[in-house]
Amino acid sequence: MALLEVRDLTVTFDTPDGVVHAVNGLSFDLEPGQTLGIVGESGSGKTQTALAMMGLLAENGRASGSVRFRGQELLGLSTSEQTRIRGSKISMIFQDPVSALNPYMSIGEQLIEVLTHHRNLKRGPARARAIEMLRQVRISDPERRMRQYPHQLSGGMCQRIMIAMGLLCQPDLLIADEPTTALDVTVQSQINLLMGELSEKSSTAIVLITHDLGVVAGLCDKVLVMYAGEVMEMADVEPLFADPAHPYSQGLLESVPRLDREDSGILRAIPGNPPDLVSLPTGCPFRARCDYAFDACTEHPKLEPFDDDRWKRCFLESRPMPKSSEENA
Amino acid sequence: MRNPVLKVEDLSVHFEVDGESRWFRREREVVRAVDGVSFELGAAETLGIVGESGCGKSTLARAILGLVKPDAGRVVWLGDNLIGLDEDAMRKKRRELQLIFQDPLGSLDPRMTVGQIVGEPLRNFFPSMSGIQVRERVAGMLKMVGIAPELINRYPHEFSGGQCQRIGIARALVVNPRLVVCDEPVSALDVSIQAQIVNLLKELQKKLQLSLIFIAHDLSVVQHVSDRVLVMYLGKVMEIASRDQLYADPRHPYTRALIEAVPIPDPVAERARQRRALGGELPSPTNPPSGCVFRTRCPYATDDCARTTPPLDEIDEGRRVACIRQDVVPTGRVLPKPPRSGAVE
Repeated sequence: MALLEVRDLTVTFDTPDGVVHAVNGLSFDLEPGQTLGIVGESGSGKTQTALAMMGLLAENGRASGSVRFRGQELLGLSTSEQTRIRGSKISMIFQDPVSALNPYMSIGEQLIEVLTHHRNLKRGPARARAIEMLRQVRISDPERRMRQYPHQLSGGMCQRIMIAMGLLCQPDLLIADEPTTALDVTVQSQINLLMGELSEKSSTAIVLITHDLGVVAGLCDKVLVMYAGEVMEMADVEPLFADPAHPYSQGLLESVPRLDREDSGILRAIPGNPPDLVSLPTGCPFRARCDYAFDACTEHPKLEPFDDDRWKRCFLESRPMPKSSEENA
Repeated sequence: MRNPVLKVEDLSVHFEVDGESRWFRREREVVRAVDGVSFELGAAETLGIVGESGCGKSTLARAILGLVKPDAGRVVWLGDNLIGLDEDAMRKKRRELQLIFQDPLGSLDPRMTVGQIVGEPLRNFFPSMSGIQVRERVAGMLKMVGIAPELINRYPHEFSGGQCQRIGIARALVVNPRLVVCDEPVSALDVSIQAQIVNLLKELQKKLQLSLIFIAHDLSVVQHVSDRVLVMYLGKVMEIASRDQLYADPRHPYTRALIEAVPIPDPVAERARQRRALGGELPSPTNPPSGCVFRTRCPYATDDCARTTPPLDEIDEGRRVACIRQDVVPTGRVLPKPPRSGAVE
């Protein structure tokens, strides 16, 4: 049985401008110990997917569909049942580490609270376990850090503390929402190395939400490419990067300037802007920006399997030609 | 460099901040945000400035534009030292020196229409222009940055982040500046939109023969847009070189560490990389290490590095490096030479 089974997850928000369709029928499975990357532009529904799974949607948000964790349905759980699972079986790391920590509590208090609350540990053993966890995420001088407050620490250090906090109860699932986006490259690389090691050592499955395709390439087993709240393509990381099957995945990969390729002078931008989530276009949501759109795209494509466990939502029979080689031909 | 348009000489900006409190007294401490920075910029040239947060890149930009007062040094723009100019004289220069900000929406006044936003610098610097002239110039400028002139009466919140950045670019370019400082112009944007804006900036630079200072923390974007690159750490220049020199053979250990840290979107190559993360944290800028400021995180540092501040020596034509351990710093590319991809002509 998969650790996490998401079926037809739909998230909407009631706003004065109308109903915002943030996530539209998302389905995927996650196996124990697996790392899944969710990529896509802002507004593609990555974060709302994570928040819906955690039961943390804003008050005007509604989630429907099904999110099963070890067979147990998470949507519609009472607050007390949710609290029992959150932090203990599933934990989450947020993008902005400094504001995700409580500014009024010392690092130590915040870490100890997790264990006394979820594991019924006494303060003494909880403290010892917290210090050991800080060591594992390479925090220097952990005893002193336990007494410090978030504002006394750097962003990178706060994010390592968030990771330590997320892993304290040895959760089965860790959801990391842009964990390194706010950090400098050198710190980002420290945190990514750490997350890679931790996922290898423990059997924690990770859902990594990011817009950085380099980070996905380094850490993930599987990738889900989202656009306008839907999966455009889903595959193992290697085939997807080597041979993206959806024009949107291809566009994302081509629009990143790269240090490992010779520079051709011009970046392949995806023209236009993401669609308005209040009034989604009919048919394929990407068609207005797609170079390959044709008549059929006014219908809404289904997510269909092809090759070996790959999925795409596109009517194109063959793979889109790389734009560059098309021009050279 | 022959005939640089901009010469920055030994520029330093220091801030006083509250330090640790001792008993009932607060010590004042000095942050050397920019510490003795010198470089030159040619006409129609793009200089990329990279470094981690807190390295002084934005302060350097602000000092060049006269938005913060430097404590020492000169900023020579077309032969005139801008430091110490009175308000009126500086105002005249400001038309030639413009700035593009990081936060596309936040840098536009929410209560002004796009037409007013882009027209304001014109009314400011060319008060004799008639309303019709202003409107025509604004419409032309908006078209040039890819915003339909019909949208001239809309407000910033009606536009996406990428469009807001286009409007910010139009506002900077509408007065025909010669130098544009872009402070992290694309870091708040999604990759697909980032590519649009980067392409637009490059195109406009060519068309208008602008000199650009492009500040960013993303080394791949900087490689893509720059002719030369300056690497900063704790307020000091570590290395300055042509783009090709810098990426093909970074000579400062910090430059190498920065490039090493960039993840590449290729699962096979990325996992094969033997990466050593740069250890440690950025030292406190109020109390920088003695000698070479990078030595506390440098794998090649010796006792000598603690004793002497390394001079920014010219080691090759057009390349300066502040490192005394050149004999042991590895040479060549940090990333393996790529196979020629289909994307290359």
